[in-house]
Formats: sequence, C-alpha cells, structure tokens
Amino acid sequence: MQTHETNAIQVTDLTVAYRETPVLWDIDLDVPPGVLLAIVGPNGAGKTTLIKAILGLVRPAAGNVLIYNKPYDAQRRIVGYVPQRGSVDWDFPTNVLDVVMMGRYGALGWIKRPGKHDRELAMHALEKVGMEKYTNRQISQLSGGQQQRVFLARALVQDAIVYLMDEPFQGVDATTERAIVTLLQELRANGKTVVVVHHDLQTVTDYFDWVTLLNIRRIASGPVDDTFTPDNLRETYGGRVAFMKNR
Amino acid sequence: MSLWNDFQPRFPRVPQIMANFYFLTHFYTLIIVSIGAALLGTVSGALGTYAVLRRQSLLGDAISHAALPGIAIAFMLTGSKTPLILVLGAAIAGWVGTLIILSIVRLTRIKYDSAFSLVLSTFFGFGLVLLTQIQRNGDANQAGLDDFIFGQAATMLKRDVLTIGILGGIALIIMLILWKELKLLIFDEGFAASIGFPTRALDILLTSLFVIAIVIGLQAVGAVLMSAMLVAPAVAARQWTDKISLMVLLAACFGALAGVSGTFISSIAVGVPTGPTIILCATVIVGFSIAFAPNRGLLWNSIRQRRNRRSLKIAAAKLIGAATTENQIKNDTRSS
Amino acid sequence: MIQDHLDIILNHLDIILIAIVTASACALPGVFLVLRRMTLMSDAISHAILPGIVLAFFLTHNISSPLLILAATATGVLTVVFVELLQKTKLVKEDAAIGLTFPALFSIGVILISRYAGNMHLDTDAVLLGELAHAPLNILKIYGYELGPVSIYVMGGMLVLNLAFILIFYKELKLATFDASLAATLGFAPTLIHYGLMTLVSMTTVGAFDAVGSILVVALIAGPPATAYLMTDSLARMLILSVVIGCVNAVSGYLLAYVFDVSIAGTIATMTFLVFGLIFMIVPNRGLIAIARRHIRQKWEFAQTMLVIHLFNHEGLPEAHEESEIEHLHEHLQWEPTFATRVVKQALNNRYVSQEATQLMLTDRGRSIAQRALVQ
Repeated sequence: MQTHETNAIQVTDLTVAYRETPVLWDIDLDVPPGVLLAIVGPNGAGKTTLIKAILGLVRPAAGNVLIYNKPYDAQRRIVGYVPQRGSVDWDFPTNVLDVVMMGRYGALGWIKRPGKHDRELAMHALEKVGMEKYTNRQISQLSGGQQQRVFLARALVQDAIVYLMDEPFQGVDATTERAIVTLLQELRANGKTVVVVHHDLQTVTDYFDWVTLLNIRRIASGPVDDTFTPDNLRETYGGRVAFMKNR
Repeated sequence: MSLWNDFQPRFPRVPQIMANFYFLTHFYTLIIVSIGAALLGTVSGALGTYAVLRRQSLLGDAISHAALPGIAIAFMLTGSKTPLILVLGAAIAGWVGTLIILSIVRLTRIKYDSAFSLVLSTFFGFGLVLLTQIQRNGDANQAGLDDFIFGQAATMLKRDVLTIGILGGIALIIMLILWKELKLLIFDEGFAASIGFPTRALDILLTSLFVIAIVIGLQAVGAVLMSAMLVAPAVAARQWTDKISLMVLLAACFGALAGVSGTFISSIAVGVPTGPTIILCATVIVGFSIAFAPNRGLLWNSIRQRRNRRSLKIAAAKLIGAATTENQIKNDTRSS
Repeated sequence: MIQDHLDIILNHLDIILIAIVTASACALPGVFLVLRRMTLMSDAISHAILPGIVLAFFLTHNISSPLLILAATATGVLTVVFVELLQKTKLVKEDAAIGLTFPALFSIGVILISRYAGNMHLDTDAVLLGELAHAPLNILKIYGYELGPVSIYVMGGMLVLNLAFILIFYKELKLATFDASLAATLGFAPTLIHYGLMTLVSMTTVGAFDAVGSILVVALIAGPPATAYLMTDSLARMLILSVVIGCVNAVSGYLLAYVFDVSIAGTIATMTFLVFGLIFMIVPNRGLIAIARRHIRQKWEFAQTMLVIHLFNHEGLPEAHEESEIEHLHEHLQWEPTFATRVVKQALNNRYVSQEATQLMLTDRGRSIAQRALVQ
C-alpha cells in the first residue's frame, strides 16, 4: 500500500478457497525486513494456508504475494521453508545429513548431485542447531525435537533472506525450544525476516517482535506491543482467552 | 455355451523321465527366460522401492488389471502380437485406469480403496469380454493373449526379453538421472514444490515409470501376480538397510534373484508354472528378511527386548536391594 | 424372431436368477466394506481363498461341497488375520502387507492346481474367471429328485445369512462402522463385528467364485455400494439401493452377454462400471453435471463475496479511495479485467454495491453479506 520502503513480504487482498469453502478472506499483510513475526490464531484459522499461499503451494482465488517486490517464482532462492514436522514420513530410509542436504537441491537445480561444498554447508548448519553428532543417524531414531532441528538445519542450508516456518515449536522439548528461539533471534539479528506459525500465546511477547492475528481474515498485524492486545485476541479467539488475563 | 473349452492353461505337463531331456534341449530357452526374469526382477524391484515408500504398493495391482482391455484392444486394432504394441496398449489402459481412480477420489466422497477396487475389477472384466470376443472370432493369431492373465514365462522369446531390457533400461536410466528429484518428491513433496520442482509433473513421471515396470512383466508373470513383483523385493530390502540408495540396489538384486530362482525351480519341478514360482521365491525372501534381518528383524527385536527386560530387571533388583539394605541399616541403627 | 430370443432368455431364467441372488448377496456386506474403507480386503480375500478351495477340492473332489466352502472361508479369514499380524510388526505398512499376502497365497493355489489337478474338473481359469453359464449345470439332487442348480441354494443361503447378520446386528454394525472407539466403550465389541463381517465376506466370496470368478466378485462387492454411496446419505437406503443396482447390473450384464455371446461375468463387471459412470454423471448434488453447474454458479457468487469483503476491509481507511476504484480493482485482486468487469456488474445488479463516479461503495446489503461471510 502506501509504504515506500520495500517490504520483505507483501500480501495484498489474498483470498484462498479449498473447493467451495473459503480458508482466507482478503488478507492484507506487510512484513517489513528484519522482523521476527508470529502468525497466531485458533485451529482452522488458515495459518498454514497463508504460509503455503506465500510459497505458491496453493493457488489463490484472488490477490497477490510479493517477496521484496517480486513474485515468489523470481525470489525462490531467497526464501527458506520449514514445513510441519508431521508432514513427512520419518520412517523414510535416509539419514540426518542427507535430509539437511536437500536444502541445497534448489541451488543445485536439475540433475546435479550435491558435492563436497554442499556437504560442508550442511555440516555447518548441523553445528548451528547442535546436531553435528547425529550426522549419520537414521531419521526414524530421532526425537521430536531432534527432527525439528534437522528441518531447521535444512532451511539454514538454503541460505535464505526470508524464512517461513510452520509450527517449529510443535511437540519439542524445552531445550530444543530454547535453542530454536536463540537461532531465530540470531537470524533476525543478521537482518533476515522470519515468519513463524505459532500456537503458544504465552510465549508470543517473549519470543517475537511482530505478530499477525489471523482467523480466516486478518484481525491485526504489527509490533507485538501495539497488536497483541486483549481486545484483538478476543476478536481472534472469540472470547476464549481467559488464561491471558494474568499477563 | 462353453466359452472356456479352448481356454485351458497351457502349463507344461511333462512326464518325469522326459523332464531331464526337456531341460537339456531347452537349455537355450531356459537361459533366455532366466535373463528375462532377472531383468524384470531388477526393474520392478528398483522401481517398486518408490511405490512402497510412497505407500502406493497396490497401485501396481490396479495398473496390471486395468491393462488387460488395453492389450485386447491393441490386438484388435493391429492384429499384431508384437510385444511393443501390446505393451503400449497395456500402458495406455493402465494409465487411464489410474487416472479414473484418482478423479473419482478427487471429485466424489468415494474413498481410494473403493475407487481402486471398482476400476480394477471392472476393467479386468471388460478385458475378459474383449478376449472372449477375440477368441470367438477364431483369429488364428490370438493364441497367447490369455497369457497376460496368468503369465507364461516359458513362452518368452528373445524379442520379449529385448523389449523388457530396452523399456526397463530406459525406466531405470530415468530413475537414476532424476534420483535426487524423485527422492525429494517422495520424502517431502511440499518442500520440493517450494524450491521450484514441478511436483505434479514429477508425480506423473513416477507413475509412468510404475506403468512401464508393470506392463513389461505382464506376459511373464501375469496381471494377477505382477503387482507382487513391485512390492515384495522392496519390502524385503527395507528390512536390511536404512539407506535409500542401498535399498534400491538390494531390491533390484532381490527381484533378480527371485526371477532367476523361480525360473530354475519351475524348470526342474514338473508342472510348476513359472510366474507363481517367482512370486513365491520373492515371498520367501521377504519372510526371511522380516524374520532375520539385523536391527529391524523380528528375531533381532525379540532378543533386544529380552535383553532390555533383563537389564531392567537387574536395575530394578539393584534399586530394591539398595532400598532394603538401606532400610535394614536404618532399622538396625534404630533398634540398636 | 423376437419370440425366439425371448424363449431362449426365459429358458435361461435360472442363470439370471443365480446372477441376481449372487449380486444381492455380495452387495450387502459390500456396503459396510465401502463405508469402512476395507474393499481392498475383499480383493485380497478373493485371491487368497484359492489354496483353500484347491486343498478342500483334493479332499472332497466336489466343487460344491460344504467342506470346500468351510475350508476356503477359513483361508479368507486367515488372510485378514495374517495381513493384520504383518502390520502389527510395524515392519510393513498396510498397503504393502495386503500386496504381499494375497499374491503369495494365490501363487500357492495356482501351483497346486497346475501341479496336481491336471486331470480333475478344476482349472485356474474357472476359479479366477468363473463361468455363470455353467452354474445351472450342477444340479442339486436329493434321493433322486432334481431340486434345481446348486448355486441357487448356495448363494440363496448366503443372501439369507448376510441379511440376517445385518438385520440382527444393524445397530452394532452401524456404530462399529462410524465410530469404532465409541462402540468399544459402549461394550459392542467392534473386533467381533469386524471378524464376523470378514467371515461373511469370505463365505460370500467363496460361494460366488464358482459363478463369477474371484476377480469379478470384487466388482459385485465394491461396485453397487460405491454407486449407491453417490446417491444417498442414509445407511438403510444405501443397503437397499446397492441390492437394486447389483440386480440391474446382473440382468443387464446377462442380456449384453447374450447379445454379443461373450463372458457373462465380464459383461456384468462392464455394466457395473457403466452404471457407476452414468450415476456419477447425472446424480443430483454429487454428480459430475451437478458439480460443474454448482461450480460455475459458485464461482460468480464467490467472486461477488470476495468483492464486497475487499471493499468492507478497506472501508473508512485511508487507502479506501484507492482500493475501491473500479479501474484498479482487477489489479488489486489479480483478476482478469473482463472477469472483474462482469463481477462488478453482477454485484451492482444484486445491489451489493453502488457506483459513485469511478468508485464502488458498499450498500447496507453488501456490508451485511461481507460481515456474515467473515463471521461464518
């Protein structure tokens, strides 16, 4: 809209429908560069769909998404993606290093196989998430937190500028949660933009500096201090936020 | 009324003494058939790995049954039994059947299994109608078409083996070239799409590879059993390794092993058809793998469980022991 | 001339009767398989009973002996147990477990037949493909009295048994199908119902293989219930419709086979697919034509709702002027200009919006539609 600086992500009038039921209604969303943003909303609010629409994985019925002023197809190489952990079969016969190396496939393009350089990048990313000891571990033998770290390492290998993460805190242990938060804040400190689908309202103010409240339509979006208000939350969750009173 | 009088199975039934003679004079045929079966096992084993990992193990069953009308129509249109033409007919029909299954699931509330059973059985039934029609017309050239139901490996000729080799080879080469892309597609389709790979096109390509692997085996193993050639070697291979490259390699080897051993066993034992024997050999490999493979196998698991239970018991005993001695000491001190 | 054909068909009423009874007996348990997403099991059972049939045949030398039905049924239930055991090891996923089990059992059956049954009246074609035309030849004789084809009694018995099971356990079946865990907590033993159903499916398949063969049994079990599933939401109606559709398929399939002189079982399967296709096209609400028509209508309705919500979201905000400019609408919503023009025209006709100069303004009606859509 009338913002003159370039937004990291700019969603305009986005409507997404599965078959005949709308999942997102006319969403406007500006994400400035270098913020750590939580997308918050009740189940079925369309949080995952919003991320998928930004990534071009679902086709919108109307509206438009720009990453640094260009459509996603042109900016694919600067976007990193962490899907929901439950979306893949962890019994798949492969090891940790191999999964992390998949983050390089986009840069490699068709047919070319990952080489020594890619392996080094993957090792480096694994060190960053504290998984360097598990390089050759079969992925079915990882705990939930370790699986999540592997997925994060894969996104780090993408060496992106904008990161989209779908529930990275889902079902992880406390240590992993702290490690992930540190990592996210480190990414922001390096000027990256990180968008995270988040479930735990209690931690929003501690972890994030921006927040988008979503329930099929966008309720509010902006810095946490201005946006994460009881009124907005009530509008998002329909009054079911009693536990927020003591904040 | 009897439509099946001239439709008896033509499995070789030779007296025992004749068998050795049969074996020697048909050594050349045996070699050809073994090569064909080995090639077939290699291709279906390797590609079957992807089918099993994608949980599409039964897709092969649908493709192989749906292929029957394609074979009949290809023959009716061309009057030719050239393997390539029949395989092409089978492939097209197999593809159409698969597409219909997917559209029924997408457009209605009917679930995958029902759509699958419906298409599989009705396509096969329509194929039978066409086959009886061809037979009633008494076309001299028709013999051997019904081999596609049960398979007749013994009638495999050099050109059939050549067809298997060329088509299967192409499928394997495509699989190797697009190794990394297909692996990513199966493991994490959403991520593959997000980094720009056309997942829909890759999906179609992979299904086409399955179709090739199935239809080249129809003549040897038959529509009813061909799907097992896709599933069994891959399931066996999965038990031995946690690495996908090794799994593909092992599955190819197991497939080839099942093909060759099945061919040899059926050539020695009189009146035992080749296709089912190959399938049983593959099943034996699966059974052995599930029972005895290290780490995942049942035997290994039960040993590990017993060991765990014992070490747990010892630990528990130690704890209880420690507690009792502690109590004793307490009691002793108190009483003293 | 027509009279001749009619006479022949009337003479073959016994074949039609067997076809109808078989189709009805198969359709009834099929309804529950379709609803429980277990039709693949019938596919597996129909193949896997082969070794049971062969072994029992070796013992009895009689294709319609009760022992044969018993042995084959046991094989069918064993298949189910075996698939479930294989899954429980966690080494093999469900689809692969089915895909492994039935080809192995079927292979054993085929090998047994070709190895030992060369001179007996049993061959793989007959078992796999069946031949309805032969079914009436096997006549039931008691003390020298001919009592009609055995098949009618076997399949009639199966029909009665299936009907009785469904009527007696209707409530339990319904509950176990739609909510197995609730059924378990209420003490209805869904496992028992499950195995009862599987036993019936096995028995029905064994009884029917003689007439239609093991692959086409699957068409009879899955086809009519799948077709009926498109037509109704009520379980009772689905059961009745399935039987009716099964009978229609059987009779029309027989007539087709008679006209073209081809395999009866094959034409019944073909008719099953054609009837399914026809219903799929024309059935109200869920049919292809209905879907397409609704899709077109909803596309325009949906577009109008998008338009009013778009205007509503920006109403009274600084950017409202820019966002409600007719000329710029298609840019904001990424619509084709012609599409945008048409949607605006429809919205104006419906009085959802009004036009002021080059601007679109929401009417009260449009605003309430937007609010309702957003709250849902």
